[in-house]
Amino acid sequence: MTTTAPPRPAAAPPPPSARPSALRRTGGFLLRQWRRLTAMRTAIILLFLLALAAIPGSLLPQRSLSQSNVSRYFADHPTLAPLLDRLYLFDVFSSPWFAAVYLLLFVSLIGCVLPRALEHARALRTAPPPAPRRLTRLPDSAALATPLPSADALDTVEEELRVRRYRVVRRERNGTAELSAEKGALKETGNLVFHLALVGLLLALAGGKLWGYEGSILVTEGQRFCNSFQQYDTYSSGALVEGSDLTPICVGLDDFRAEYEEDLTASSFTADITYGAPGAEGRPTTIGVNDPLRVDGDRVYVTGHGFSPTFTVTRPDGTSFDDVSAPFLPTDQGTMASEGALKLPDLGAGTDDQLALQGFFAPTGLTQAGILTSIDPRPLAPQVAIVAYEGYLGLDSGLPQSVYSLDASQIERGRLSEVARGNLSVGESLALPDGTTVTFTGYKEFAALQFSHDPGQVWVLAAAIAVLAGLLGMLLLRRERVFARAAGRPGDGGTVLEVGALTRGSGDSGPRFTALTDDLRTALAARAAPRAPSGAAPPTGGTPE
Amino acid sequence: MTADQLSGLSDTLFSTSVGLYSLAVVAFCAQLAFGRRPAPERALVGAGAPADGPAAVETPALDDPPAVRRWGQVAMLLTVLGALTHTGVLVTRGLALDRLPWGNMYEFATAVVLVAVVAFVVLAVRSPGLRHLGLFVLAPVVVSLVAIGLFLYVEGAPLVAALRSSWLAVHVTTAILGFGVFFVSGIASVLYLVRSRFEARGGDPSSSRLVARIPSAATLDRVAHRTAVFGFPIWTFAVIAGAIWAESAWGRFWGWDPKETWAFIAWVVYAAYLHARTTAGWRGRPAAWVNVVGLGVMVFNLLYVNMVSSGLHSYGGVN
Ligand code: HEM
Repeated sequence: MTTTAPPRPAAAPPPPSARPSALRRTGGFLLRQWRRLTAMRTAIILLFLLALAAIPGSLLPQRSLSQSNVSRYFADHPTLAPLLDRLYLFDVFSSPWFAAVYLLLFVSLIGCVLPRALEHARALRTAPPPAPRRLTRLPDSAALATPLPSADALDTVEEELRVRRYRVVRRERNGTAELSAEKGALKETGNLVFHLALVGLLLALAGGKLWGYEGSILVTEGQRFCNSFQQYDTYSSGALVEGSDLTPICVGLDDFRAEYEEDLTASSFTADITYGAPGAEGRPTTIGVNDPLRVDGDRVYVTGHGFSPTFTVTRPDGTSFDDVSAPFLPTDQGTMASEGALKLPDLGAGTDDQLALQGFFAPTGLTQAGILTSIDPRPLAPQVAIVAYEGYLGLDSGLPQSVYSLDASQIERGRLSEVARGNLSVGESLALPDGTTVTFTGYKEFAALQFSHDPGQVWVLAAAIAVLAGLLGMLLLRRERVFARAAGRPGDGGTVLEVGALTRGSGDSGPRFTALTDDLRTALAARAAPRAPSGAAPPTGGTPE
Repeated sequence: MTADQLSGLSDTLFSTSVGLYSLAVVAFCAQLAFGRRPAPERALVGAGAPADGPAAVETPALDDPPAVRRWGQVAMLLTVLGALTHTGVLVTRGLALDRLPWGNMYEFATAVVLVAVVAFVVLAVRSPGLRHLGLFVLAPVVVSLVAIGLFLYVEGAPLVAALRSSWLAVHVTTAILGFGVFFVSGIASVLYLVRSRFEARGGDPSSSRLVARIPSAATLDRVAHRTAVFGFPIWTFAVIAGAIWAESAWGRFWGWDPKETWAFIAWVVYAAYLHARTTAGWRGRPAAWVNVVGLGVMVFNLLYVNMVSSGLHSYGGVN
């Protein structure tokens, strides 16, 4: 505690009389800001900002899409990249400023739409509003003359409108009978459903992000994996996911098939898998592109495939390591030319007695001038080009290293040195100087599998359907109000009906209004006919202008 | 017919369509050049008229002199013939490949242009006054088709595995429909911008300038809005269908892939346009600009995102 703090004259309590006015002033200020935020004009600006904010996310590489593209960008632009990174430009869609834009937009939306929803709920329960004083001011209006008394004339109008599913109310004002009718309240309902469903969509997305997770793993034919973060090659999970929440399920890959058209376009990838609880007898099924496994809210996908060349390594003393393999990653999806590394740390007794093969696999190889290339994605004539290294791999050095390549720093430091290289077809061997032979024995196929859990997904779909339904209601429906006023025609007991209409929504209201007045005329004439079988003037009408 | 012959026929029909549309452009030019619009009531409808005003704003082309009407009819006939051969391009290609003819950019863009032409024909049949827009729709159509033929053309090939799904029919068809409708909407807004300036300067509607011959600003604004209102739910549906497809093909329903990002941007811009149309201070020219930006985004999404950036959507087939 400080006792030497100077007194704070500036922050002295304001005189009591000033307090309410300051409060009111801040209150007024906040209210004004709130009004401004929830104005349609602000919504347009925020929509624009949202569109603008998304642009860098598509022009710059994003971590969420490809970490390696981001690393390459860092390598290519060493000074610019860290600056951009500080602005979250490699994580645009999870950046605070992107969130700020859409959260403001949604606050604006809620502030705009909730009062409207309450208003609408009230309007649904109250009668259509009274007729405006001058019906001729409405966009569509007409005057109809009929020999009927005014009550009967309005009865006829009401009947016609009710048949057309209007809600009708009759009123009496200053001795004049009038009628208000309305239909198409669903248009406003559609608007509200649309906007509120957008909020629902955002909430469902957020829920999915918080409670969802995703893991990827390469599985070779004959192997299996269980759903735990330790097993995955890469995974990502929401803030509220705990390791113990993961669905207990194991998936084994029995067989993988890639099929090709004549022109070598890949036509299908299918994986026969077995899945079930750990320890339980698995259930077999087949999954493929566009056809994942879906169980209890979890999904398993095939996202890629490749080859793991197999080698048999025989030591001079006769011990052999049979059919050891490692996945080689495809570098060209068209020919499935692949690169990878096989590390054998436990070959000899010492730590400097380790062996590694780094190289290139071609499912259908073609060697020209000593260079191996792949000419077909199908494994018709597999070949490898390998370089053998001996020495210390540095696997236990504590630094993580890729399973798909050797640690280049070990080679630079001379702890790992090249001992032989060669191109091999299946069955051929490479002899190393120390008497070890490496035989290329064939290949296995692996599949890249992805396990996904997203509890928000069905809610996102439901919200999206509501968005669409609301949108169709809002854009395609019309809200129409029709008003009529009956004035007695002096002298003959007949009536002059003034009719006006107000339409909100798409389309020309003119032709529909003309059709309505035509029908009204016919109905009025039909009703008048039995009363005045002869000599009655035909109902006249027309626009008053 | 063999697949090769059908493919060849498809390519021939493509050239035929370009030819027919070009002739239609000439005929639409003639219609505008010979037109002397006497109708004085058009002059009364300024930019300030309510956008959804009475139907009489645009009187049918019946008040045009007979020569003009004949040119207009010839132009419409050529347009319809072009649309038929244009349809033939896609049908024969689909038959030759035994699949839906929208598996790459050439096919997709060709289909988008067809939708734009059909949307124009439907509008022009329903309100003959809009035939005066023909030149301004068909000229971009011809330019687009020539560019598509020169830069996007690829030989037909089978679809890659990820595209073999019934969602191709749902997602891509609706995307094409939405895009084609937005194309017409964007053109209407561009013309609105030109015409409203002309009207604001008190332009003489009986002058011989081209701008005097196009429909009134109020009509153009209404056409732009109505087509956008038609296209927006279609586009919304296309985006949702794409997300549903991505969920089964790529393992997530939304991943901010560049194509997805730009589809989202376009959607947001069109939402802004619809808002702007009903907001004081944004009605009229500002709103029309938003619509033009929307079309720009759609075109950018087609060209730049397919050809320059790379993502999961890189099925364009153009290198
Ligand atoms: C996520 C953001 C939003 C989207 C995508 C969106 C989209 C739309 C769309 C497409 C329409 C249809 C326009 C038409 O009828 O032609 C609309 C109407 C409307 N929106 Fe939004 N909106 C959003 C946010 C907002 C916000 C923040 C407000 C309030 C400030 C708002 C208020 C309205 C109103 C009042 C209408 C009805 C306009 C009318 O009655 O004609 N919206 N909205």
